[in-house]
Amino acid sequence: MTAHSHRPILKLKTGIAGFDAISNGGIPIGRTTLLAGTAGSSKTVFAVQFLACGISMNDESCVFVTFEETPDDIRQNMLSFGWDIAAWEAAGKWAFVDASPKPEDPVLLSGDYDLAALLARIEHAITRTGATRISIDSLGAIFSKFDDHHVVRGELLRISVALKKLNVTALMTAERNQEYGDIARHGIEEFVADNVIILRNVLEAESRRRTMEILKFRGTDHRKGEHPFSIVADGGIVGVPLSTVELNHRSSHVRISSGTDKLDAMCGGGFFRDSIVLISGATGTGKTLMATSFIGGAGANERSLFFAFEESRDQLFRNADGWGVDFQQMEEEGRLKVICTYPETTGLEEHLIEMKKAIMEFKPTRIAVDSLSALERGATPKSFREFVIGLTSFIKQQEIVGVFTSVTPTLMGGTSITEAHISTVTDTIILLRYVELFGEISRGIAVLKMRGSRHEKEIREFNIDQSGMHVGKPFRNITGILTGNPQFHQTPESERLQEMFEDV
Amino acid sequence: MKLFIAGRSPRSDLAVENLHRMLAGNPEDDFELTVIDVLEDPQLAEDDFVLATPTLIKVAPTPSRRIIGDLSDRTSLLRGLDIRDNSLPGDPKTT
Repeated sequence: MTAHSHRPILKLKTGIAGFDAISNGGIPIGRTTLLAGTAGSSKTVFAVQFLACGISMNDESCVFVTFEETPDDIRQNMLSFGWDIAAWEAAGKWAFVDASPKPEDPVLLSGDYDLAALLARIEHAITRTGATRISIDSLGAIFSKFDDHHVVRGELLRISVALKKLNVTALMTAERNQEYGDIARHGIEEFVADNVIILRNVLEAESRRRTMEILKFRGTDHRKGEHPFSIVADGGIVGVPLSTVELNHRSSHVRISSGTDKLDAMCGGGFFRDSIVLISGATGTGKTLMATSFIGGAGANERSLFFAFEESRDQLFRNADGWGVDFQQMEEEGRLKVICTYPETTGLEEHLIEMKKAIMEFKPTRIAVDSLSALERGATPKSFREFVIGLTSFIKQQEIVGVFTSVTPTLMGGTSITEAHISTVTDTIILLRYVELFGEISRGIAVLKMRGSRHEKEIREFNIDQSGMHVGKPFRNITGILTGNPQFHQTPESERLQEMFEDV
Repeated sequence: MKLFIAGRSPRSDLAVENLHRMLAGNPEDDFELTVIDVLEDPQLAEDDFVLATPTLIKVAPTPSRRIIGDLSDRTSLLRGLDIRDNSLPGDPKTT
Protein backbone atom coordinates (compact mmCIF):
# COMPACT_ATOMS: atom_id res chain seq x y z
CA MET A 1 0.00 0.00 0.00
CA THR A 2 2.62 2.54 1.03
CA ALA A 3 6.34 2.59 0.48
CA HIS A 4 7.11 1.51 4.03
CA SER A 5 4.45 -1.14 4.34
CA HIS A 6 7.06 -3.87 4.53
CA ARG A 7 8.10 -2.76 7.98
CA PRO A 8 6.77 -4.89 10.81
CA ILE A 9 3.62 -3.50 12.40
CA LEU A 10 4.17 -2.51 16.00
CA LYS A 11 1.42 -3.02 18.52
CA LEU A 12 0.21 -1.00 21.44
CA LYS A 13 -0.70 -2.90 24.60
CA THR A 14 -4.31 -2.33 25.53
CA GLY A 15 -3.80 -3.52 29.09
CA ILE A 16 -6.99 -5.53 28.78
CA ALA A 17 -6.15 -8.85 30.37
CA GLY A 18 -6.38 -11.56 27.78
CA PHE A 19 -6.74 -9.29 24.79
CA ASP A 20 -3.05 -8.50 24.56
CA ALA A 21 -2.42 -12.22 24.53
CA ILE A 22 -4.85 -13.09 21.75
CA SER A 23 -3.74 -10.09 19.71
CA ASN A 24 -0.07 -11.02 20.19
CA GLY A 25 0.75 -7.69 21.76
CA GLY A 26 -2.20 -5.34 21.43
CA ILE A 27 -3.69 -3.06 18.80
CA PRO A 28 -1.61 -2.05 15.76
CA ILE A 29 0.06 1.28 16.55
CA GLY A 30 -0.94 4.35 14.58
CA ARG A 31 -3.88 2.62 12.92
CA THR A 32 -7.60 2.57 13.26
CA THR A 33 -9.25 -0.54 14.66
CA LEU A 34 -12.95 -1.16 14.40
CA LEU A 35 -14.62 -2.58 17.49
CA ALA A 36 -17.99 -3.98 16.49
CA GLY A 37 -20.65 -5.49 18.71
CA THR A 38 -24.34 -5.69 19.43
CA ALA A 39 -26.04 -3.54 22.05
CA GLY A 40 -24.77 -4.47 25.49
CA SER A 41 -21.60 -6.15 24.26
CA SER A 42 -19.43 -3.77 26.32
CA LYS A 43 -18.01 -1.76 23.44
CA THR A 44 -17.91 1.42 25.52
CA VAL A 45 -16.18 -0.33 28.43
CA PHE A 46 -13.58 -1.72 26.05
CA ALA A 47 -13.12 1.69 24.43
CA VAL A 48 -12.68 3.44 27.79
CA GLN A 49 -10.46 0.71 29.19
CA PHE A 50 -8.14 0.98 26.19
CA LEU A 51 -7.58 4.62 27.10
CA ALA A 52 -7.54 4.09 30.87
CA CYS A 53 -4.76 1.52 30.53
CA GLY A 54 -2.74 3.90 28.39
CA ILE A 55 -2.94 6.50 31.12
CA SER A 56 -2.27 4.24 34.08
CA MET A 57 0.32 1.94 32.52
CA ASN A 58 2.23 4.16 30.11
CA ASP A 59 1.43 7.66 31.31
CA GLU A 60 -0.06 8.41 27.90
CA SER A 61 -2.76 10.95 27.13
CA CYS A 62 -6.06 10.12 25.52
CA VAL A 63 -9.08 11.53 23.74
CA PHE A 64 -12.56 10.11 23.97
CA VAL A 65 -15.09 11.14 21.33
CA THR A 66 -18.61 10.33 22.46
CA PHE A 67 -21.64 10.33 20.19
CA GLU A 68 -24.01 8.53 22.51
CA GLU A 69 -23.54 8.93 26.23
CA THR A 70 -22.80 12.30 27.73
CA PRO A 71 -19.37 12.82 29.29
CA ASP A 72 -21.09 13.07 32.66
CA ASP A 73 -22.67 9.66 32.26
CA ILE A 74 -19.39 8.15 31.17
CA ARG A 75 -17.50 9.70 34.10
CA GLN A 76 -20.12 8.33 36.45
CA ASN A 77 -20.40 4.85 34.90
CA MET A 78 -16.68 4.25 34.63
CA LEU A 79 -16.00 5.21 38.22
CA SER A 80 -17.33 1.80 39.25
CA PHE A 81 -14.47 0.17 37.33
CA GLY A 82 -12.00 2.30 39.24
CA TRP A 83 -11.36 4.77 36.42
CA ASP A 84 -11.46 8.34 37.66
CA ILE A 85 -11.87 10.20 34.40
CA ALA A 86 -12.52 13.55 36.07
CA ALA A 87 -9.15 13.33 37.80
CA TRP A 88 -7.45 12.50 34.51
CA GLU A 89 -9.17 15.44 32.86
CA ALA A 90 -7.91 17.73 35.61
CA ALA A 91 -4.40 16.36 35.06
CA GLY A 92 -4.65 17.03 31.33
CA LYS A 93 -4.43 13.32 30.53
CA TRP A 94 -7.93 12.88 29.18
CA ALA A 95 -10.07 15.04 26.91
CA PHE A 96 -13.64 14.52 25.84
CA VAL A 97 -14.95 15.56 22.47
CA ASP A 98 -18.61 15.80 23.31
CA ALA A 99 -20.79 14.97 20.33
CA SER A 100 -23.58 13.43 22.38
CA PRO A 101 -27.13 14.48 21.51
CA LYS A 102 -28.21 17.82 22.90
CA PRO A 103 -31.96 17.95 23.20
CA GLU A 104 -32.22 21.71 23.45
CA ASP A 105 -31.13 22.51 19.92
CA PRO A 106 -33.36 21.47 17.06
CA VAL A 107 -31.30 21.19 13.90
CA LEU A 108 -32.47 22.41 10.53
CA LEU A 109 -30.85 21.49 7.30
CA SER A 110 -30.13 24.02 4.62
CA GLY A 111 -27.82 22.90 1.85
CA ASP A 112 -24.63 20.86 1.77
CA TYR A 113 -22.35 20.36 4.74
CA ASP A 114 -19.34 18.40 5.95
CA LEU A 115 -17.99 17.37 9.36
CA ALA A 116 -14.89 19.57 9.34
CA ALA A 117 -15.80 20.97 12.75
CA LEU A 118 -15.76 17.48 14.26
CA LEU A 119 -12.36 16.77 12.75
CA ALA A 120 -11.06 20.14 13.92
CA ARG A 121 -12.28 19.42 17.45
CA ILE A 122 -10.69 15.97 17.47
CA GLU A 123 -7.39 17.32 16.21
CA HIS A 124 -7.54 20.12 18.72
CA ALA A 125 -8.15 17.69 21.59
CA ILE A 126 -5.27 15.50 20.43
CA THR A 127 -2.76 18.34 20.13
CA ARG A 128 -3.95 19.93 23.37
CA THR A 129 -3.34 16.78 25.43
CA GLY A 130 -0.61 15.22 23.32
CA ALA A 131 -2.82 12.17 23.02
CA THR A 132 -1.53 8.91 21.61
CA ARG A 133 -4.77 6.94 21.99
CA ILE A 134 -8.26 7.85 20.88
CA SER A 135 -11.60 6.09 21.14
CA ILE A 136 -14.63 7.07 19.09
CA ASP A 137 -17.92 5.73 20.45
CA SER A 138 -19.89 5.04 18.34
CA LEU A 139 -19.90 5.42 14.58
CA GLY A 140 -23.48 4.24 14.23
CA ALA A 141 -24.65 7.24 16.22
CA ILE A 142 -23.08 9.63 13.70
CA PHE A 143 -25.12 8.00 10.98
CA SER A 144 -28.31 8.49 12.92
CA LYS A 145 -27.39 12.13 13.50
CA PHE A 146 -26.86 13.05 9.87
CA ASP A 147 -29.17 11.94 7.09
CA ASP A 148 -26.64 12.11 4.31
CA HIS A 149 -24.80 8.83 4.86
CA HIS A 150 -22.67 9.41 1.82
CA VAL A 151 -21.25 12.55 3.42
CA VAL A 152 -20.78 10.82 6.78
CA ARG A 153 -18.87 7.97 5.17
CA GLY A 154 -16.57 10.35 3.36
CA GLU A 155 -15.99 12.37 6.52
CA LEU A 156 -15.22 9.32 8.63
CA LEU A 157 -12.67 8.26 6.07
CA ARG A 158 -11.17 11.75 6.28
CA ILE A 159 -11.03 11.47 10.07
CA SER A 160 -9.30 8.09 10.01
CA VAL A 161 -6.74 9.38 7.51
CA ALA A 162 -6.14 12.42 9.70
CA LEU A 163 -5.70 10.22 12.77
CA LYS A 164 -3.14 8.12 10.94
CA LYS A 165 -1.24 11.29 10.06
CA LEU A 166 -1.23 12.35 13.70
CA ASN A 167 0.12 8.88 14.54
CA VAL A 168 -2.52 8.15 17.17
CA THR A 169 -3.87 4.67 17.71
CA ALA A 170 -7.62 4.72 17.29
CA LEU A 171 -10.45 2.49 18.35
CA MET A 172 -13.83 3.12 16.72
CA THR A 173 -16.90 1.30 17.94
CA ALA A 174 -19.79 0.30 15.72
CA GLU A 175 -23.11 -1.40 16.23
CA ARG A 176 -24.11 -4.77 14.89
CA ASN A 177 -27.63 -6.06 14.52
CA GLN A 178 -26.84 -9.73 14.97
CA GLU A 179 -24.17 -11.69 16.79
CA TYR A 180 -23.41 -13.58 13.64
CA GLY A 181 -23.90 -11.63 10.45
CA ASP A 182 -22.67 -8.40 8.89
CA ILE A 183 -19.63 -6.92 10.56
CA ALA A 184 -21.33 -3.62 11.27
CA ARG A 185 -24.21 -1.46 10.16
CA HIS A 186 -23.86 1.15 7.44
CA GLY A 187 -20.96 -0.71 5.82
CA ILE A 188 -18.53 0.98 8.18
CA GLU A 189 -15.98 -1.80 7.88
CA GLU A 190 -15.39 -0.78 4.28
CA PHE A 191 -13.45 2.30 5.19
CA VAL A 192 -11.89 1.30 8.49
CA ALA A 193 -11.20 -2.21 7.39
CA ASP A 194 -7.62 -2.75 8.44
CA ASN A 195 -8.40 -4.19 11.83
CA VAL A 196 -11.67 -5.54 13.12
CA ILE A 197 -12.47 -6.81 16.61
CA ILE A 198 -15.88 -8.26 17.39
CA LEU A 199 -17.40 -8.39 20.86
CA ARG A 200 -20.26 -10.79 21.38
CA ASN A 201 -22.81 -11.27 24.10
CA VAL A 202 -24.48 -14.51 23.17
CA LEU A 203 -27.38 -16.12 24.95
CA GLU A 204 -26.39 -19.72 25.56
CA ALA A 205 -28.38 -22.13 27.67
CA GLU A 206 -30.24 -19.21 29.26
CA SER A 207 -27.11 -17.41 30.31
CA ARG A 208 -25.03 -14.73 28.66
CA ARG A 209 -21.60 -15.53 27.41
CA ARG A 210 -19.30 -12.72 26.37
CA THR A 211 -16.56 -13.33 23.87
CA MET A 212 -14.06 -11.30 21.89
CA GLU A 213 -12.77 -12.21 18.48
CA ILE A 214 -10.15 -10.58 16.32
CA LEU A 215 -11.65 -10.87 12.88
CA LYS A 216 -8.68 -9.39 11.12
CA PHE A 217 -5.48 -7.50 11.74
CA ARG A 218 -4.14 -6.55 8.38
CA GLY A 219 -0.49 -7.41 7.96
CA THR A 220 0.05 -8.81 11.42
CA ASP A 221 -0.76 -11.99 13.26
CA HIS A 222 -3.24 -12.74 16.01
CA ARG A 223 -5.04 -15.69 17.55
CA LYS A 224 -8.17 -16.86 15.85
CA GLY A 225 -11.62 -17.57 17.19
CA GLU A 226 -13.80 -16.40 20.04
CA HIS A 227 -12.29 -15.94 23.46
CA PRO A 228 -14.50 -15.61 26.50
CA PHE A 229 -14.28 -12.58 28.74
CA SER A 230 -16.06 -11.11 31.68
CA ILE A 231 -16.71 -7.69 33.15
CA VAL A 232 -15.56 -7.31 36.72
CA ALA A 233 -16.33 -4.48 39.10
CA ASP A 234 -12.86 -3.18 39.78
CA GLY A 235 -11.09 -3.83 36.53
CA GLY A 236 -13.42 -3.79 33.56
CA ILE A 237 -12.91 -6.41 30.89
CA VAL A 238 -10.98 -9.49 31.92
CA GLY A 239 -10.28 -11.96 29.18
CA VAL A 240 -10.15 -15.69 29.74
CA PRO A 241 -7.91 -16.63 26.86
CA LEU A 242 -7.74 -20.35 26.59
CA SER A 243 -5.71 -20.83 23.50
CA THR A 244 -2.97 -18.81 25.11
CA VAL A 245 -2.64 -21.22 28.00
CA GLU A 246 0.55 -23.08 27.36
CA LEU A 247 1.49 -26.45 28.64
CA ASN A 248 4.58 -25.16 30.35
CA HIS A 249 3.88 -25.81 34.00
CA ARG A 250 6.64 -27.46 35.87
CA SER A 251 6.19 -30.97 37.01
CA SER A 252 7.36 -31.84 40.45
CA HIS A 253 8.05 -35.16 42.06
CA VAL A 254 7.22 -33.97 45.53
CA ARG A 255 4.36 -35.99 46.96
CA ILE A 256 1.84 -34.87 49.49
CA SER A 257 -0.62 -36.89 51.50
CA SER A 258 -4.14 -37.44 50.30
CA GLY A 259 -5.23 -37.48 53.92
CA THR A 260 -5.70 -41.24 53.93
CA ASP A 261 -2.66 -43.51 54.36
CA LYS A 262 -4.09 -46.40 52.41
CA LEU A 263 -5.02 -44.16 49.50
CA ASP A 264 -1.50 -42.73 49.52
CA ALA A 265 -0.24 -46.27 49.23
CA MET A 266 -2.64 -47.00 46.37
CA CYS A 267 -1.29 -43.94 44.55
CA GLY A 268 2.28 -45.04 45.02
CA GLY A 269 3.03 -42.60 47.86
CA GLY A 270 0.52 -39.77 47.66
CA PHE A 271 -0.53 -37.09 45.17
CA PHE A 272 2.03 -35.05 43.26
CA ARG A 273 2.32 -31.46 44.47
CA ASP A 274 1.23 -29.86 41.21
CA SER A 275 -1.34 -32.28 39.97
CA ILE A 276 -5.05 -32.38 39.38
CA VAL A 277 -6.97 -35.23 40.97
CA LEU A 278 -10.45 -36.12 39.82
CA ILE A 279 -12.68 -38.07 42.18
CA SER A 280 -15.59 -39.59 40.35
CA GLY A 281 -18.52 -41.42 41.81
CA ALA A 282 -22.27 -41.63 42.22
CA THR A 283 -24.07 -39.62 44.84
CA GLY A 284 -23.26 -40.75 48.36
CA THR A 285 -20.13 -42.71 47.50
CA GLY A 286 -17.97 -40.40 49.59
CA LYS A 287 -16.63 -37.76 47.23
CA THR A 288 -17.13 -34.84 49.60
CA LEU A 289 -15.64 -36.95 52.35
CA MET A 290 -12.53 -37.61 50.28
CA ALA A 291 -12.22 -33.94 49.49
CA THR A 292 -12.66 -33.16 53.18
CA SER A 293 -10.06 -35.65 54.33
CA PHE A 294 -7.72 -34.35 51.64
CA ILE A 295 -8.03 -30.91 53.23
CA GLY A 296 -7.77 -32.45 56.70
CA GLY A 297 -4.52 -34.14 55.67
CA ALA A 298 -2.79 -30.83 55.11
CA GLY A 299 0.34 -30.22 57.16
CA ALA A 300 0.56 -27.50 59.79
CA ASN A 301 2.25 -25.06 57.41
CA GLU A 302 -0.11 -25.72 54.50
CA ARG A 303 -3.08 -23.63 53.47
CA SER A 304 -6.21 -25.01 51.87
CA LEU A 305 -9.00 -23.52 49.85
CA PHE A 306 -12.34 -25.31 49.61
CA PHE A 307 -14.78 -24.27 46.88
CA ALA A 308 -18.18 -25.73 47.72
CA PHE A 309 -20.88 -25.57 45.07
CA GLU A 310 -23.25 -28.16 46.49
CA GLU A 311 -23.45 -27.82 50.23
CA SER A 312 -23.85 -24.89 52.56
CA ARG A 313 -21.11 -23.84 54.89
CA ASP A 314 -22.89 -25.23 57.96
CA GLN A 315 -23.53 -28.54 56.31
CA LEU A 316 -19.95 -28.83 55.21
CA PHE A 317 -18.54 -27.99 58.65
CA ARG A 318 -20.93 -30.35 60.39
CA ASN A 319 -20.09 -33.21 58.05
CA ALA A 320 -16.36 -32.57 58.39
CA ASP A 321 -16.77 -32.61 62.12
CA GLY A 322 -18.54 -35.95 61.87
CA TRP A 323 -15.53 -37.34 60.03
CA GLY A 324 -13.03 -36.01 62.52
CA VAL A 325 -11.83 -32.98 60.57
CA ASP A 326 -12.19 -29.67 62.39
CA PHE A 327 -12.78 -27.07 59.66
CA GLN A 328 -13.70 -24.49 62.28
CA GLN A 329 -10.35 -24.64 63.99
CA MET A 330 -8.45 -24.79 60.71
CA GLU A 331 -10.18 -21.64 59.57
CA GLU A 332 -9.50 -19.86 62.83
CA GLU A 333 -5.83 -20.71 62.48
CA GLY A 334 -5.84 -19.26 58.98
CA ARG A 335 -5.05 -22.60 57.40
CA LEU A 336 -8.36 -22.97 55.58
CA LYS A 337 -10.76 -20.87 53.62
CA VAL A 338 -14.14 -22.23 52.63
CA ILE A 339 -16.01 -20.48 49.83
CA CYS A 340 -19.61 -21.56 49.31
CA THR A 341 -21.39 -20.37 46.17
CA TYR A 342 -24.40 -21.40 44.22
CA PRO A 343 -23.20 -22.41 40.78
CA GLU A 344 -26.13 -20.65 39.18
CA THR A 345 -25.36 -17.25 40.67
CA THR A 346 -23.15 -16.29 37.78
CA GLY A 347 -21.63 -17.53 34.55
CA LEU A 348 -18.65 -19.86 34.41
CA GLU A 349 -16.36 -17.08 33.21
CA GLU A 350 -17.16 -15.07 36.34
CA HIS A 351 -16.70 -18.14 38.52
CA LEU A 352 -13.29 -18.71 36.99
CA ILE A 353 -12.21 -15.13 37.57
CA GLU A 354 -13.48 -15.18 41.16
CA MET A 355 -11.77 -18.50 41.87
CA LYS A 356 -8.48 -17.33 40.40
CA LYS A 357 -8.70 -14.20 42.50
CA ALA A 358 -9.36 -16.21 45.66
CA ILE A 359 -6.43 -18.51 44.85
CA MET A 360 -4.08 -15.60 44.27
CA GLU A 361 -5.15 -13.89 47.47
CA PHE A 362 -5.11 -16.91 49.78
CA LYS A 363 -2.12 -18.67 48.19
CA PRO A 364 -3.19 -22.19 49.15
CA THR A 365 -1.22 -25.39 48.69
CA ARG A 366 -4.37 -27.48 48.41
CA ILE A 367 -7.59 -26.78 46.60
CA ALA A 368 -10.78 -28.80 46.66
CA VAL A 369 -13.67 -28.16 44.27
CA ASP A 370 -16.89 -29.91 45.21
CA SER A 371 -18.27 -30.51 42.67
CA LEU A 372 -17.41 -29.79 39.08
CA SER A 373 -20.67 -31.40 38.03
CA ALA A 374 -22.61 -28.70 39.85
CA LEU A 375 -20.82 -26.10 37.77
CA GLU A 376 -21.55 -28.02 34.63
CA ARG A 377 -25.28 -27.59 35.14
CA GLY A 378 -26.63 -24.97 32.82
CA ALA A 379 -23.37 -24.47 30.96
CA THR A 380 -22.69 -25.41 27.39
CA PRO A 381 -20.08 -28.11 26.81
CA LYS A 382 -17.78 -25.57 25.20
CA SER A 383 -17.83 -23.04 27.99
CA PHE A 384 -17.50 -25.80 30.58
CA ARG A 385 -14.48 -27.22 28.83
CA GLU A 386 -12.95 -23.75 28.67
CA PHE A 387 -13.62 -23.29 32.36
CA VAL A 388 -11.99 -26.57 33.33
CA ILE A 389 -8.93 -25.99 31.18
CA GLY A 390 -8.61 -22.44 32.46
CA LEU A 391 -8.84 -23.54 36.08
CA THR A 392 -6.59 -26.58 35.87
CA SER A 393 -3.83 -24.81 33.97
CA PHE A 394 -3.93 -21.96 36.47
CA ILE A 395 -3.76 -24.32 39.44
CA LYS A 396 -0.85 -26.25 37.98
CA GLN A 397 1.17 -23.12 37.44
CA GLN A 398 0.81 -22.27 41.12
CA GLU A 399 2.20 -25.63 42.29
CA ILE A 400 -0.99 -26.56 44.03
CA VAL A 401 -2.74 -29.88 44.32
CA GLY A 402 -6.30 -29.63 43.10
CA VAL A 403 -8.92 -32.20 43.99
CA PHE A 404 -12.09 -32.02 41.91
CA THR A 405 -15.13 -34.13 42.50
CA SER A 406 -17.51 -35.23 39.80
CA VAL A 407 -20.84 -36.99 40.03
CA THR A 408 -21.67 -39.97 37.86
CA PRO A 409 -25.28 -40.04 36.74
CA THR A 410 -25.92 -43.71 37.42
CA LEU A 411 -25.55 -45.30 40.82
CA MET A 412 -23.64 -48.38 39.91
CA GLY A 413 -21.22 -47.55 37.17
CA GLY A 414 -20.66 -45.51 34.10
CA THR A 415 -18.79 -42.30 33.50
CA SER A 416 -20.02 -38.77 33.83
CA ILE A 417 -20.05 -36.15 31.11
CA THR A 418 -17.72 -34.16 33.29
CA GLU A 419 -15.11 -36.89 33.07
CA ALA A 420 -15.26 -36.94 29.32
CA HIS A 421 -14.35 -33.28 29.28
CA ILE A 422 -11.66 -33.19 31.82
CA SER A 423 -10.10 -36.61 32.05
CA THR A 424 -7.31 -35.53 29.74
CA VAL A 425 -6.36 -32.54 31.87
CA THR A 426 -6.35 -34.49 35.11
CA ASP A 427 -3.29 -36.35 36.30
CA THR A 428 -5.01 -38.75 38.63
CA ILE A 429 -8.47 -40.25 38.45
CA ILE A 430 -9.97 -42.00 41.45
CA LEU A 431 -13.19 -43.91 41.03
CA LEU A 432 -15.67 -44.49 43.81
CA ARG A 433 -18.30 -47.09 43.06
CA TYR A 434 -21.18 -48.83 44.76
CA VAL A 435 -20.76 -52.59 44.70
CA GLU A 436 -23.80 -54.72 45.28
CA LEU A 437 -23.01 -58.17 46.64
CA PHE A 438 -25.47 -60.67 48.07
CA GLY A 439 -28.08 -57.98 48.64
CA GLU A 440 -25.68 -55.61 50.37
CA ILE A 441 -24.21 -52.35 49.21
CA SER A 442 -20.58 -51.74 49.80
CA ARG A 443 -18.24 -49.21 48.33
CA GLY A 444 -15.27 -49.72 46.08
CA ILE A 445 -12.35 -47.43 45.36
CA ALA A 446 -9.87 -47.67 42.52
CA VAL A 447 -7.08 -45.52 41.14
CA LEU A 448 -7.82 -45.50 37.44
CA LYS A 449 -4.95 -43.36 36.32
CA MET A 450 -1.91 -41.79 37.92
CA ARG A 451 0.29 -39.83 35.58
CA GLY A 452 4.00 -40.40 36.11
CA SER A 453 3.68 -42.96 38.83
CA ARG A 454 3.07 -46.55 39.59
CA HIS A 455 -0.31 -47.12 41.21
CA GLU A 456 -2.37 -50.00 42.44
CA LYS A 457 -4.61 -51.65 39.90
CA GLU A 458 -6.89 -53.31 42.42
CA ILE A 459 -10.35 -52.22 43.40
CA ARG A 460 -10.53 -52.00 47.16
CA GLU A 461 -13.45 -51.94 49.49
CA PHE A 462 -13.82 -48.92 51.73
CA ASN A 463 -16.03 -47.90 54.63
CA ILE A 464 -17.13 -44.64 56.09
CA ASP A 465 -17.54 -44.17 59.84
CA GLN A 466 -17.18 -41.47 62.50
CA SER A 467 -13.48 -41.15 61.97
CA GLY A 468 -13.65 -40.76 58.22
CA MET A 469 -12.90 -43.19 55.43
CA HIS A 470 -11.15 -46.49 55.75
CA VAL A 471 -9.78 -48.29 52.76
CA GLY A 472 -9.91 -52.04 53.19
CA LYS A 473 -8.96 -55.13 51.23
CA PRO A 474 -9.21 -55.58 47.48
CA PHE A 475 -12.33 -57.24 46.14
CA ARG A 476 -11.51 -60.79 45.12
CA ASN A 477 -13.33 -63.04 42.71
CA ILE A 478 -15.55 -60.19 41.52
CA THR A 479 -15.69 -58.79 38.03
CA GLY A 480 -17.67 -56.03 36.45
CA ILE A 481 -17.52 -53.47 39.27
CA LEU A 482 -16.62 -50.60 36.99
CA THR A 483 -19.38 -51.34 34.55
CA GLY A 484 -21.86 -51.43 37.39
CA ASN A 485 -22.60 -55.09 36.94
CA PRO A 486 -20.54 -56.96 39.54
CA GLN A 487 -20.46 -60.75 39.36
CA PHE A 488 -19.11 -63.05 41.98
CA HIS A 489 -16.96 -65.98 40.89
CA GLN A 490 -16.63 -68.96 43.17
CA THR A 491 -13.38 -70.07 41.74
CA PRO A 492 -10.26 -68.03 42.42
CA GLU A 493 -9.15 -65.81 39.59
CA SER A 494 -5.89 -67.67 39.14
CA GLU A 495 -7.67 -70.94 38.43
CA ARG A 496 -10.03 -69.26 35.99
CA LEU A 497 -7.12 -67.80 34.12
CA GLN A 498 -5.53 -71.21 33.86
CA GLU A 499 -8.77 -72.64 32.51
CA MET A 500 -8.89 -69.91 29.90
CA PHE A 501 -5.43 -70.74 28.69
CA GLU A 502 -6.25 -74.45 28.58
CA ASP A 503 -9.19 -73.66 26.35
CA VAL A 504 -6.92 -71.88 23.94
CA MET B 1 -25.74 34.67 15.51
CA LYS B 2 -22.65 32.58 15.11
CA LEU B 3 -21.59 31.04 11.84
CA PHE B 4 -19.04 28.22 12.08
CA ILE B 5 -17.09 27.59 8.91
CA ALA B 6 -14.02 25.49 8.10
CA GLY B 7 -11.36 27.65 6.50
CA ARG B 8 -11.73 29.51 3.22
CA SER B 9 -13.43 26.83 1.17
CA PRO B 10 -16.02 27.37 -1.58
CA ARG B 11 -18.60 25.95 0.79
CA SER B 12 -17.66 28.40 3.54
CA ASP B 13 -17.80 31.30 1.11
CA LEU B 14 -21.18 30.17 -0.17
CA ALA B 15 -22.62 30.04 3.34
CA VAL B 16 -21.32 33.51 4.20
CA GLU B 17 -22.65 34.84 0.90
CA ASN B 18 -26.08 33.23 1.35
CA LEU B 19 -26.38 34.55 4.86
CA HIS B 20 -25.41 38.08 3.89
CA ARG B 21 -27.84 38.06 1.00
CA MET B 22 -30.66 36.97 3.28
CA LEU B 23 -29.79 39.56 5.91
CA ALA B 24 -29.61 42.28 3.28
CA GLY B 25 -33.11 41.39 2.15
CA ASN B 26 -34.45 41.76 5.68
CA PRO B 27 -32.99 45.01 6.98
CA GLU B 28 -35.68 45.35 9.62
CA ASP B 29 -34.28 42.36 11.54
CA ASP B 30 -31.25 43.33 13.54
CA PHE B 31 -28.81 40.43 13.63
CA GLU B 32 -25.36 40.44 15.10
CA LEU B 33 -23.16 37.98 13.26
CA THR B 34 -19.87 36.40 14.32
CA VAL B 35 -18.07 34.19 11.83
CA ILE B 36 -15.88 31.54 13.46
CA ASP B 37 -13.31 29.48 11.60
CA VAL B 38 -13.18 26.09 13.34
CA LEU B 39 -9.70 25.45 11.97
CA GLU B 40 -8.45 28.50 13.82
CA ASP B 41 -10.64 28.31 16.89
CA PRO B 42 -11.53 24.64 17.45
CA GLN B 43 -12.18 25.32 21.13
CA LEU B 44 -15.13 27.56 20.21
CA ALA B 45 -16.59 24.71 18.19
CA GLU B 46 -16.02 22.44 21.19
CA ASP B 47 -17.78 24.87 23.52
CA ASP B 48 -20.83 24.98 21.28
CA PHE B 49 -20.75 21.25 20.41
CA VAL B 50 -20.52 21.98 16.70
CA LEU B 51 -19.91 18.95 14.46
CA ALA B 52 -20.87 19.99 10.95
CA THR B 53 -19.69 22.94 8.94
CA PRO B 54 -21.12 25.30 8.03
CA THR B 55 -23.30 25.58 11.13
CA LEU B 56 -25.31 28.65 11.91
CA ILE B 57 -26.39 29.04 15.54
CA LYS B 58 -29.02 31.61 16.33
CA VAL B 59 -28.36 32.53 19.94
CA ALA B 60 -30.85 35.36 20.34
CA PRO B 61 -33.70 35.95 20.26
CA THR B 62 -34.71 32.67 21.91
CA PRO B 63 -35.40 29.89 21.11
CA SER B 64 -31.90 29.12 19.94
CA ARG B 65 -31.66 27.26 16.66
CA ARG B 66 -29.08 25.41 14.65
CA ILE B 67 -28.97 25.31 10.90
CA ILE B 68 -26.39 23.16 9.18
CA GLY B 69 -25.38 23.38 5.55
CA ASP B 70 -24.28 26.08 3.15
CA LEU B 71 -27.62 27.89 3.71
CA SER B 72 -28.60 27.53 0.08
CA ASP B 73 -32.05 26.33 1.11
CA ARG B 74 -33.65 29.67 1.76
CA THR B 75 -36.93 28.43 3.24
CA SER B 76 -35.38 26.41 6.04
CA LEU B 77 -32.91 29.21 6.68
CA LEU B 78 -35.74 31.69 7.15
CA ARG B 79 -37.68 29.24 9.26
CA GLY B 80 -34.64 28.61 11.42
CA LEU B 81 -34.22 32.32 12.00
CA ASP B 82 -37.95 32.89 12.54
CA ILE B 83 -38.11 35.38 9.69
CA ARG B 84 -41.30 35.65 7.72
CA ASP B 85 -40.51 35.37 4.05
CA ASN B 86 -42.03 38.52 2.59
CA SER B 87 -39.83 38.81 -0.44
CA LEU B 88 -39.58 35.92 -2.86
CA PRO B 89 -41.32 32.56 -2.88
CA GLY B 90 -39.16 29.76 -1.49
CA ASP B 91 -36.65 27.72 -3.36
CA PRO B 92 -38.52 25.05 -5.36
CA LYS B 93 -36.50 22.17 -3.83
CA THR B 94 -37.45 23.00 -0.24
CA THR B 95 -38.93 20.41 2.01
